[in-house]
Amino acid sequence: MSFSQQLPIVFEALNVGFLQTLKLFFVTLLGALPLGLLISFGSMSKFKPLSGLIKTVVWIVRGSPLMIQLLIIYYFPGLVFQNNIWGSGENGRFLAAAVSFIINYACYFSEIYRGGIQGVPKGQQEAGQVLGLKKNQIFFKITLLQMIKQIVPPMSNEIITLVKDTSLARIIALQEVIWAGEAFMKGSNGISGQIWPLFFTAVYYLAFNGILTLLFGKLEKKLSYFK
Amino acid sequence: MDNILEVKNIKKSFGKTQVLKDISFSLKKGKALAIIGSSGSGKTTLLRCLNFLEKANEGTISVNGEVIFSGSENQKLSDSEIRKNRLHFGLVFQSFNLFPQYTAKENVMLAEQILAKEQIKKNGEYNGYKTIKEAYEFIDNKAEDLLESVGMKHKKDFVPCELSGGQQQRVAIARALALNPDILCFDEPTSALDPEITGEVLNVIKKLAEKNTTMIIVTHEMGFAKEVADEVMFMDNGKVEEMGTPEEIFSNPKSERLREFLKTVLRI
Ligand SMILES: Nc1ncnc2c1ncn2[C@@H]1O[C@H](COP(=O)(O)OP(=O)(O)O)[C@@H](O)[C@H]1O
Ligand SMILES: [Mg+2]
Repeated sequence: MSFSQQLPIVFEALNVGFLQTLKLFFVTLLGALPLGLLISFGSMSKFKPLSGLIKTVVWIVRGSPLMIQLLIIYYFPGLVFQNNIWGSGENGRFLAAAVSFIINYACYFSEIYRGGIQGVPKGQQEAGQVLGLKKNQIFFKITLLQMIKQIVPPMSNEIITLVKDTSLARIIALQEVIWAGEAFMKGSNGISGQIWPLFFTAVYYLAFNGILTLLFGKLEKKLSYFK
Repeated sequence: MDNILEVKNIKKSFGKTQVLKDISFSLKKGKALAIIGSSGSGKTTLLRCLNFLEKANEGTISVNGEVIFSGSENQKLSDSEIRKNRLHFGLVFQSFNLFPQYTAKENVMLAEQILAKEQIKKNGEYNGYKTIKEAYEFIDNKAEDLLESVGMKHKKDFVPCELSGGQQQRVAIARALALNPDILCFDEPTSALDPEITGEVLNVIKKLAEKNTTMIIVTHEMGFAKEVADEVMFMDNGKVEEMGTPEEIFSNPKSERLREFLKTVLRI
């Protein structure tokens, strides 16, 4: 098969793989962004047993490789309880991957949120209190935007890392874009022994991260009108 | 009894250290009280207790004859009661604490807009205005007047980081006046400013005093206290060591501690 004949076949397969990559990316964000906020509130709780427990969990999750977490979460129920709770096939693998990623990233996000919340000076809250505002009004009208401004740069770093980290799901054979590229080495759709499709997957990541970087840059600029 | 404020036997401890040891004083409507005293004597803590940022352990605070705080009895004031009570007071912070994301005018308007919206929802009116639109128009005009009175109307659309320290503090004063507090408190309003721009803030406070605004001003500016205050309180080690007219305090100090304090600050 000539190169020009291979091209459309490869693109189609990579597109399908990248769709799975994107799905994992967005599902992770959707779950980890709110869960991370909850975890950050928990870790700042004045109830010591709760904050202690949460801090320990966050330490374990951030201190061990995501790849191991993926493997444990995917295989552990099946091996130990003889019960693969994730279901079979690609859907099962996706579910396990999504759960692992959400837990892992929620822990990273929680630390960023915590820094953001604690980074807003106490005087801001007090100024609101003195003006008779309620706690929730102070949070939404005064603290929130200052917190968002502080967390945008570290968040954008973390989110760009997430784009690349989705490739780790390859370890449980999730059919994301790298898996799709690799298939053409072993043989797929009548193409085998080709390594360039695997290398080419990097372009997908670059393009997507390029878009994200642009968007975050815009947001940062939009929030730069105040200090 | 035309005392607008009566503070009786206020005590406050942080852990084991007692920071306020039985503070009592009163203030007449339209008068300005200056509080002086060395660093750590409890001046900020006293203002914070008046503004419900700290809760005194004992004592009472009354405004217009009504007890709004009592350390012994109603320890359990509800949040909404505290909110209502604290609006008797306004507080201007040493470090301004303007809201950085809002313009000068928005800083002045924010609290009253929120209040107006709540009251229109609850009671169908705010200050005689039945719709949010009318109320906001009133608040808008009032904010411009307030900014004008502190000489900041020309900067109304600037955010705090575009303003100098003195300008920020003047906006903070306008903001504190927005909800018409009975008593306006200042905690060293010029301490964070370069010496050459303290004047613009002090002049604003002086103008307020001329309009008979009831004020409590914690300050290290002795000349200013002498000129503007109707009464001066000298705090030392959590106690009111001496209180009197500026002449009494500055020209005829009775206690040894005050004489020592004046000697050190006036030498600088
Ligand atoms: N939140 C706090 N916790 C513990 N100690 C405090 C706290 N706030 C103030 N203090 C102590 O109370 C004393 C009086 O402080 P402050 O009221 O700030 O004095 P001043 O304003 O006259 O300088 C100081 O010794 C200070 O360390
Ligand atoms: Mg102080």
